[in-house]
Amino acid sequence: MASLKFKNVYLSDNYTIVGPLEAKSNLKKYNMKINDYYFGLKTFEGAEVKMQRVIIDHLLKKNKDIELIVGGDLSNQLVTTSFMAANYSISYLGSYSACATFNSSIITLGALIDAKKINKGIAITSSHNKVAERQFRYPIEYGAPRVKRSTYTATGALGVVLTSSKTNIKVESATIGSSIDYGVKDALNMGAVMAPAAANTLYKHLNDLNRKIDYYDLIITGDLGKYGANIFKELCSNNYNLIVNNYLDAGSNLYKEEQNLNAGSSGPITLPLYLFNNILNSKKYKKILVIATGSLHSTTLVNQHNSIPSIAHAISLEVS
Amino acid sequence: MNKSEYKNIVKKYTPNEDKLKNAFYAFVSGGIIGLLSASIYALFISNDVESTIATSCTLVILILASSLLTGLGFFDTFVEKFKCGIIIPITGFAHSLTSEAIDNKNDGMITGLGASIFKLAGSVLLYGMVSAFILAIIKVIMNG
Repeated sequence: MASLKFKNVYLSDNYTIVGPLEAKSNLKKYNMKINDYYFGLKTFEGAEVKMQRVIIDHLLKKNKDIELIVGGDLSNQLVTTSFMAANYSISYLGSYSACATFNSSIITLGALIDAKKINKGIAITSSHNKVAERQFRYPIEYGAPRVKRSTYTATGALGVVLTSSKTNIKVESATIGSSIDYGVKDALNMGAVMAPAAANTLYKHLNDLNRKIDYYDLIITGDLGKYGANIFKELCSNNYNLIVNNYLDAGSNLYKEEQNLNAGSSGPITLPLYLFNNILNSKKYKKILVIATGSLHSTTLVNQHNSIPSIAHAISLEVS
Repeated sequence: MNKSEYKNIVKKYTPNEDKLKNAFYAFVSGGIIGLLSASIYALFISNDVESTIATSCTLVILILASSLLTGLGFFDTFVEKFKCGIIIPITGFAHSLTSEAIDNKNDGMITGLGASIFKLAGSVLLYGMVSAFILAIIKVIMNG
């Protein structure tokens, strides 16, 4: 039961907050930018919670009848999203798929709306460069040299309302990926970790729904990065005989070349930032397959020399 | 596809680091730090400071400078440019302590700052002491 078809799940209002580097990136629009990584608070963790709160507050102004918030982030025990949710009396379900969290949230919420259990909910995700650096890498002020294959965790948050009432963006179907481990142990090379999961989910999706790859006007992956995107294309043709042409990777395209951020952007926010602010409003694409990719590791298990499993969840969007 | 086949694909697409270029930067920047310390030391000596005190004072100045630059937020950009040339000398040691201290100051004086300050520098201390101990034993055995 890897793939699900939805009849009445639509995306409605969304709200985007971006960090300083993301505001200078290739993003065409955003609702709010923060110049200060602390967002006026004492800690980076507090700042990330506040970003999510501001988004929920904005979305609740127009949508009073929200029944459920589903979301997640990169922090241990999902504290960012959970601390945000503690400010509201709305039901809340945390979701963790690392950088594929946005799609796992949409799939959970979409399935509940499609089954007519609820009518309206919010899917939210965020990442904060400094919070991720502290948790996964080195102290903020520690100047560890960055290698070319490494990606840079984007700062931002995005929430979107999912509803059963018709809008111009339909969530048409979804594929829940499997956790896949191809033996990569290098946590700096997350593109290589996640590419096999992305290729596998793409294959499963097309196979389950009996579609050819050119059914889609665009296939967009989350944060494989410049090198991971090439590995993904090669895996698709080698393993699954799929030639991927109409394709782009959000992580490779978010930052400008002159921002010098190595392989590109990563973090759960990368994909929704690019999707909502550059792709969906461009009106260029009607049928879009969104494959979010996540590297399911912790520093503890990497230090214990384990190879890293990865996950990719896909959602198919139809823009009218 | 098995794991070793995949490894080859990853290798094909993953860029190599410019090791020679990095080593050159590290050589030059490390050398500059050495030159700087030697000049500070010479300055102390020329002002009639005893050599052991001059050495300690030179180290203190380097530690202070790198900690201050870390606190002001410049040091990480230097390291990104000059790589190990400034991580390996005592400047790097001071940098690791200061950056951990800044990073964990909000997590409590005991549970945060105190517990984490040696997180990066701890390995340098431990293995520095262990190797010093082994070398001392070798020295004793060889020299009697």
